[in-house]
Amino acid sequence: MTSTGFILQQLVNALFLGSIYALIALGYTMVYGIIELINFAHGELFTAGAFIGLIVLSALQSVGWVDSHFILTMVIVFAMAMAYVAVLGVALEHVAYRPLRDASRLAAILSALGMSIFLSNGMMLSQGVSDRAYPSIFGAEGITVMGAKITNGQIFIILLAVALMVALQLFVHRTRLGKAMRATAQNRTMSRMLGINIDQTIRITFIIGPALGAAAGVMVGLYYGAVRFDMGFIFMIKAFAAAILGGIGSIPGAMIGGLIIGGVEVLWAAFLPSAWKDVTTFTLLILVLYFKPSGLWGQGDVEVRV
Amino acid sequence: MIRQEIKKLAVYSVFLAILILPMVGFRTTHFEAGRAFKVLGLFIAILVANFVAKVVRSRRGEDQLQKVSLGDRISLRFAEIPKIYTLGLLVAVAAVFPLLADNYMIDVGITCLIYVTLGLGLNIVVGLCGLLDLGYIAFYAVGAYTYALLNLRFGVSFWAALPAGVLMGMFLGCVIGYPTLKMRGDYLAIVTMGFGEIIRLVLNNWDKLTAGPNGLFGMQKPTLYYPGFHDGGLHLSVYSIKTLPALYYMILIIALLTLVGIRRLNDSRIGRAWVAVREDETAAELSGVPTTWLKLLAYALGAGFAAVAGAFFAAKLSYVNPNFFIFMESCIVLCIVVLGGSGSIPGVIVAGFILIAVPEIFRELQNYRMLAFGAIMAIMMVLKPDGLIPARRRRVQMAERRQLAGESNE
Amino acid sequence: MNKADVLVLKNVHTYYGNIHALKGIDLAVPKGGIACLIGANGAGKSTTLMTVSGVLRPRQGEVFFEGRPIHGTTPEKVAALGIAQSPEGRQIFPRMSVLENLEMGAFLRRDREGIQKDLEWVYSLFPILQDRRNQLGGTLSGGEQQMLAIGRALMSRPSLLLLDEPSLGLAPKIVETIFETILEINKRGTSIFLVEQNAQMALSIAEIGYVMETGTIVLTDRADALLENEQVKKAYLGE
Ligand SMILES: Nc1ncnc2c1ncn2[C@@H]1O[C@H](COP(=O)(O)OP(=O)(O)OP(=O)(O)O)[C@@H](O)[C@H]1O
Ligand SMILES: [Mg+2]
Repeated sequence: MTSTGFILQQLVNALFLGSIYALIALGYTMVYGIIELINFAHGELFTAGAFIGLIVLSALQSVGWVDSHFILTMVIVFAMAMAYVAVLGVALEHVAYRPLRDASRLAAILSALGMSIFLSNGMMLSQGVSDRAYPSIFGAEGITVMGAKITNGQIFIILLAVALMVALQLFVHRTRLGKAMRATAQNRTMSRMLGINIDQTIRITFIIGPALGAAAGVMVGLYYGAVRFDMGFIFMIKAFAAAILGGIGSIPGAMIGGLIIGGVEVLWAAFLPSAWKDVTTFTLLILVLYFKPSGLWGQGDVEVRV
Repeated sequence: MIRQEIKKLAVYSVFLAILILPMVGFRTTHFEAGRAFKVLGLFIAILVANFVAKVVRSRRGEDQLQKVSLGDRISLRFAEIPKIYTLGLLVAVAAVFPLLADNYMIDVGITCLIYVTLGLGLNIVVGLCGLLDLGYIAFYAVGAYTYALLNLRFGVSFWAALPAGVLMGMFLGCVIGYPTLKMRGDYLAIVTMGFGEIIRLVLNNWDKLTAGPNGLFGMQKPTLYYPGFHDGGLHLSVYSIKTLPALYYMILIIALLTLVGIRRLNDSRIGRAWVAVREDETAAELSGVPTTWLKLLAYALGAGFAAVAGAFFAAKLSYVNPNFFIFMESCIVLCIVVLGGSGSIPGVIVAGFILIAVPEIFRELQNYRMLAFGAIMAIMMVLKPDGLIPARRRRVQMAERRQLAGESNE
Repeated sequence: MNKADVLVLKNVHTYYGNIHALKGIDLAVPKGGIACLIGANGAGKSTTLMTVSGVLRPRQGEVFFEGRPIHGTTPEKVAALGIAQSPEGRQIFPRMSVLENLEMGAFLRRDREGIQKDLEWVYSLFPILQDRRNQLGGTLSGGEQQMLAIGRALMSRPSLLLLDEPSLGLAPKIVETIFETILEINKRGTSIFLVEQNAQMALSIAEIGYVMETGTIVLTDRADALLENEQVKKAYLGE
């Protein structure tokens, strides 16, 4: 492999991993933007999405749909995972967050942590403690550009991630509910005085964020070929780092932050001892928060943006 | 009014079912309906009980604003008893416990006391100073590894290694404290969490020093020297603290010293300054409170106590590995602090015992332990956001907050 | 209660925690008319408006809108009934464009054409907003934000408009424009409840005036009579 090929290869890997982090980060950023709470259970929702994807995909594979109706299979797998996790997200909000909207920050954070522990252990009980293999449906074939091999799976996943993010941008900027979401994040009392039902708005946030996380979960399963009940934790920290890097509350920020974190991680693993890559990511996060607490593009004060 | 509440309760239960049933019921191959519904039933029963209590209270005409909850009442009653008696009674019970208990129970007792010590230490950071810390277990790890390494590599004894561990912990406390000084609560949560992971990963990856995931073993137990007459003269004899009861008494003393130290701090000028920082940092700063220094001090002291507990833990087990210090452990300690009622010392003690000892009783349900832990943590926050035994300083604010909440149309 | 009053407050008490901010307020806004509330800083004027909008719940007393009790109603429902407020501090959505801010005002409406018409009307009242329609709300000048806040409130086609100090911090010339606009809005049949520091201006366009001091209404009269009132002259008109 040529060295340009190698670098290009790493860039593709970075783009791939970055898209995944970005999708998860969007869930954090949107929820934080609207209720100023770190949804610690978001990593578990992501994992739940991966498991639902696994279950549905295995079922469809056993009836041979993966070969006969590939596109339809993918649509069903992603739709089911996203729908289920969206329901889970709404239930989570109602059970653990809504009653604490006026309580202290600490109580809300602990409730979120509790739900995260609950969900992760629930998945451990129902799905087992070890890695679960994902059906491998993308072969090794792909295209070769300047010595870099880009598999069909990577292309599919990157395109889907981009499509989801574009759809989200259109939703929050073009639709009535999307605008209501942004308004609520910017000024809750005023939004209510204009007739916006913030319960409903918050609920929509808890549908979209977890659904995007679920899609990322399925992508991870498809790409890495295995999922585990506790994989949400490490993705959660990194995605959160991405959200903060881009300025928490900002949707485009989360996307760019995801790409940066993915890039740093991939490049580090490519050139330096990969066991230390997580240490690097966390250190980077701390440094960013220290020097630019409002994210790389934030101005001065920490702002909440959607 | 009541009809509305019932409707709310019903909707809540439906969402609870959506959350609980698949998590508890699904097995890899089938759905265990019986167990899932049992767990769901339990939670709904808790909610209904809470609801009934609320209705009864409102029927009795107790004004919502003046209501004193059972927890408040119990803690107020406790507050009336002179502290020295409560403390004396507690110590007495704790002291005779090993005489009555079997080894297993003593072991559980030791674990409880370790967590109580940790809880008391974290209480300085979270409860008094109001700084969220999700990586607290890292300092516990630092204490443990410092002792393990000093003992194994250089043969340093426990008592000589202890100050080194504490200093190391306090130093790292400042290292993590410093960059977080100007951060707000939520960021603090994520940074401290990242920091805890960094420490764990370093312990895990730095094979040459820490033996990586295999861990270190073979540390000596702490020893005591006492003078005695034998061989016809005065000699120092060595007593090795290795039986469970001996270890129990040792951690009991550590916990008590921690308790006394923290009480002292709590009632001192520093304690009041911490509370000032917690309540309104800007105002505290303007009135000349050195907030930066105080926050660093809180981190350092909290870390120091954790390091002591860590060194004890390493000595007791003669074994450490990085997996003892996962994020979950930080959660448990934080949970002890908040569940007990942030800032409340008796709360930490009670919560420490409840969270560590009670799950041990249900050992057969081992697999469900953490599941229940998480659910209880969330539900407790929903039902009693201020903890079991709210700190005295807190009670006043709570009453005010309830009133404020009553005014708005949320 | 007078049938001709669109808004009536009866013995309203509102608290912030232990602070007793409104100590039994009685007032009424005539249907299709303008009522104004004046008073010193901290008297409780904004609190009164927030209580009407449902953001604050009175601990005691009643609020009626078109004869229906609305105390204890949530703000979004109050808005749906036809009460709009241009609040103190303007509360513009800073990261939404001027156009989006105005659209949010019409959040509860579904009649596209009507909304478009009202948008044009608001633009004709405040032409500057049309020029700035794609600028972010947070980057507008104070005066422009004030116009935007009023415009946004109008976009819901309210039957009652609550204005909290629309002249605050504006140049005298713009204040005049704003008051002319208020009159114009009123001519279209919208009842107006105006809170003002600028007592002279406010009383000159209102029918009824209320004077508030530390949480109570101390004077109620026809606006022109209040303009002549010695007490008012001394305290609020600087004569
Ligand atoms: N959120 C709050 N918490 C506590 N007290 C408040 C709060 N808001 C207002 N107050 C108090 O209530 C009283 C009335 O305030 P309000 O804002 O209604 O005054 P105002 O008449 O609008 O004054 P201004 O002309 O300065 O706007 C004041 O004493 C104020 O300090
Ligand atoms: Mg005001």
